[in-house]
Amino acid sequence: MSAHQHPHEEQDFLFKYVFSQDHKMISKQFLITGFIMGFIGLSMSTLFRLQLGFPGESFWIIDFLLGSWAENGVMLPDKYLALVTMHGTIMVFFLLTAGLSGTFSNLLIPLQIGARDMASGFLNMLSYWFFFVSSVIMLISLGVEGGAASAGWTIYPPLSALPQAIPGSGLGMTLWLVAMAIFIASSLLGSLNYIVTILNLRTKGMTMTRLPLTIWSFLITAIVGVISFPVLLAAALLLVFDRSFGTSFYLSDIYIGGQVLEHSGGSPILFEHLFWFLGHPEVYIVLLPALGITSEIVSTMSRKPIFGYRAMITSMLAIGFLSAIVWGHHMFVTGMNPFLGAVFTFTTLLIAIPSAVKVFNYITTLWKGNIKFSPAMLFSIGLVSTFISGGLTGLILGDSALDINVHDTYFVVGHFHIVMGLSGIFGMIAGVYHWFPKIFGRMLNNNLGNAHFWITIVSSYGIFFPMHFLGLAGVPRRYYTNSEFPLFENLLDINTLITWFAILAFAGQLIFFFNFVYSALRGPKAPQNPWKGNSLEWTTGVKHIHGNWPGEIPTVHRWPYDYSKLNENGDYVTGEDFIPQIVPLGEGELDGGGH
Amino acid sequence: MIALVAIVAVLLVIATAVQILKIAELRATESGKEIYEISAKQSKAQAFLLMVFLVAYFGFFAWQVWKWGGLMLPVSASEHGVGVDELMNITLWFIIPVFIITHIFLFWFSYKYSFSETRKALFFSHSNKLEMFWTIIPSVALTVLILVGLSNWNKIMTPISSETEHVLLEVCGQQFMWGARYAGKDGKLGRASVEYIEGVNALGIDVSDENSKDDKIVKGEFHLPVGVPVQFVFRSQDVLHSAYMPHFRAQMNCVPGLKTQFNFTPTITTAEMKEKTQNENFEYILLCNKICGAAHYNMQMNIVVESKEDYEKWLAEQKEFGAE
Ligand code: HEM
Ligand SMILES: [Cu+2]
Ligand SMILES: [Cu+2]
Repeated sequence: MSAHQHPHEEQDFLFKYVFSQDHKMISKQFLITGFIMGFIGLSMSTLFRLQLGFPGESFWIIDFLLGSWAENGVMLPDKYLALVTMHGTIMVFFLLTAGLSGTFSNLLIPLQIGARDMASGFLNMLSYWFFFVSSVIMLISLGVEGGAASAGWTIYPPLSALPQAIPGSGLGMTLWLVAMAIFIASSLLGSLNYIVTILNLRTKGMTMTRLPLTIWSFLITAIVGVISFPVLLAAALLLVFDRSFGTSFYLSDIYIGGQVLEHSGGSPILFEHLFWFLGHPEVYIVLLPALGITSEIVSTMSRKPIFGYRAMITSMLAIGFLSAIVWGHHMFVTGMNPFLGAVFTFTTLLIAIPSAVKVFNYITTLWKGNIKFSPAMLFSIGLVSTFISGGLTGLILGDSALDINVHDTYFVVGHFHIVMGLSGIFGMIAGVYHWFPKIFGRMLNNNLGNAHFWITIVSSYGIFFPMHFLGLAGVPRRYYTNSEFPLFENLLDINTLITWFAILAFAGQLIFFFNFVYSALRGPKAPQNPWKGNSLEWTTGVKHIHGNWPGEIPTVHRWPYDYSKLNENGDYVTGEDFIPQIVPLGEGELDGGGH
Repeated sequence: MIALVAIVAVLLVIATAVQILKIAELRATESGKEIYEISAKQSKAQAFLLMVFLVAYFGFFAWQVWKWGGLMLPVSASEHGVGVDELMNITLWFIIPVFIITHIFLFWFSYKYSFSETRKALFFSHSNKLEMFWTIIPSVALTVLILVGLSNWNKIMTPISSETEHVLLEVCGQQFMWGARYAGKDGKLGRASVEYIEGVNALGIDVSDENSKDDKIVKGEFHLPVGVPVQFVFRSQDVLHSAYMPHFRAQMNCVPGLKTQFNFTPTITTAEMKEKTQNENFEYILLCNKICGAAHYNMQMNIVVESKEDYEKWLAEQKEFGAE
């Protein structure tokens, strides 16, 4: 404590910007690294969309960017799979796990609970650097002999175990596994830190039921991560053994490249169980922070308390818990015991209940509000829409009897992009618009933000909605082209339309990129509390200082959602339509939404 | 050409962005307000766009159904598939109204309660009654879905009892083709394992096993008799594949080292389906639906469903494994 009370000494550049242990700087590092990875993942999808929309047509841009992965401007079939694999991996893990949680947990946890910094600044710094190294290795794997990992982001063996099966399962897959192992270490270091910080470092008066929903969502996300990521690590290690040391955890009875392999007794199904034990919770690791962020934004911008604060927390806890016991819905048609399938159908459909509660609570928060549509608010509305649109199709996929026919088709690609991809992205972008003033001390331009939103939502639905129809026509995912089947002949138009929307989506993100860079450097200076928010981060200065508050950490007296609270005379209690958490309760005033 | 259009589009977008930025800055200096402040008018404009979007979104949905509805898979050609399609319809009849109603509320409230200087928002933090209400409603609906779903699932997954007359057919996946083997007269598939793969014996069948002698291996297509249950057994020789027969609402993974199974009863012959779909070239198809390598996108086998007599005639023409 005492160290922080002295005026801060000048740090030299290296420790201020590179090996910083300050949560705000680490947050920025996560944000920028995450966005760079996200941009690469996005570009990949635009490239393989060209192949799907115009199969076999030659593009100089593909030749130019892909080099030996393409021939005469057409990407090679196995390299198509490499692109899809890397796209999925980067988007799910690097952008929407590390990028999203890393940025906002780091930024908001100390600021919103009233702490000087994370419990361990050092581990926090390590968490970022592990992430950075992991990103670099993942990118290097794009350039190695045989190409990057190509077995899908789910890397099911034997395909991922045998270089004879696909070239990308050589060095590319080794690097994928190394990168992911380091990534998991990063994620665990981060999550442990978040949990400990939230549980132990809350300022005076900040009880658990006065925490903003952002913090609750980060806490639950971190717990889910700590429980499930180690299992992926174990799965990956066993795969490394099978690949390099001749064990047979996942391999048995294989004849490939003209010879019978020695491996015997293992089962790829084991891998699937281990993978999805992380894989399913992972989608909530992506989703929950996005839900937390937008709950906060919707409440602030509607000038109303979030409706059903406790129900929101309970729902998130229920989702977090259930997410650990539904993984089998990815495996209905693997030949697993039908009874088990029935159990997984049951638990899966149960998740719809807390999810529905959250949606209704969002909507009720808007009712009779006084809503200001900042870009952050628009993206939050967008998230509610994608969460509904994508969540509902989950009822089809989660129902084992229906899944038989849509499993692994484009129906799935449409579903998970909308409910996880778009919701995650919308939540993350909403967070960036909302807390940009806290991160960079400057404001983003609203008009560009609005334009970005409109292009993004229109093109996103343009891309992913039609995919449901492809799926219902029977088109499998991870197909290099649909042109080999007479059955799919008349679906080319749909694919072409999707690709045009993908190009539009890409262009739309350039607006954001421009706005981001321009505003970070030259945007108008931010006021201390631009959105008139209640939570503690808005009581800190615009300029970042080590330790966050120059004097003592403020004490908290109320929950964070006292917006538009009136006294008996029908006037605002404090004369303004918001009461920050640091304002003591008035006489006879009830806390936590009591009237 | 497409690349050129795309690049021009991207450049235009950026140019527009710069212009928007400049205009916004000019406007702000004129009005004396901070550039980032959002006026009631600006808020209303976005709220209005949200309403436009809502209509456009529904319109897009309807347009897709109208335009592409006819391209979806035709009626189910298997017995259990009819139940699956029914369940799908029940689910859709639940999902689509929920989708529409929640979206209307979401966007209508956004529009209606857009910012105004004079209005005060309502401090409304929770209501046990409301929350109870919308916990119970989805619970009830889901219970129904789960019950109908699982009764279907259990029916589908019950293996055919050995007494019922049925066809026993093994489908084996390998990079990048399918092999199929009928059990033959004895109704039993001979032992098979990767160890026995050699030359023409591509499915790895154990020659010494008595049961293999009358097995029949077929290439390119396999035939099924209409109205007779088919018990499929699936194998893979190398990596995971998935045998997907969309017209029959049937799918099962092929796992190296493990035999998996699925059964269905075809109900519509290929010829009848040609008529129903008004497509001369219609064929039932088996395709691979689990990423399995570079040519995963092209791993297919035709399925012909025909009358029992035709089927038996065709099968009789196929060579027995032990015949050489
Ligand atoms: C404009 C943006 C995007 C486009 C056009 C796009 C397009 C696609 C397409 C067409 C596929 C399926 C390819 C195939 O199966 O052959 C795919 C796969 C995937 N995408 Fe995206 N996507 C986009 C953004 C995202 C985002 C934001 C996420 C984040 C969750 C994401 C995660 C994935 C994953 C996990 C896969 C599966 C990869 C696999 O099959 O192994 N995508 N994407
Ligand atoms: Cu899942
Ligand atoms: Cu295959």
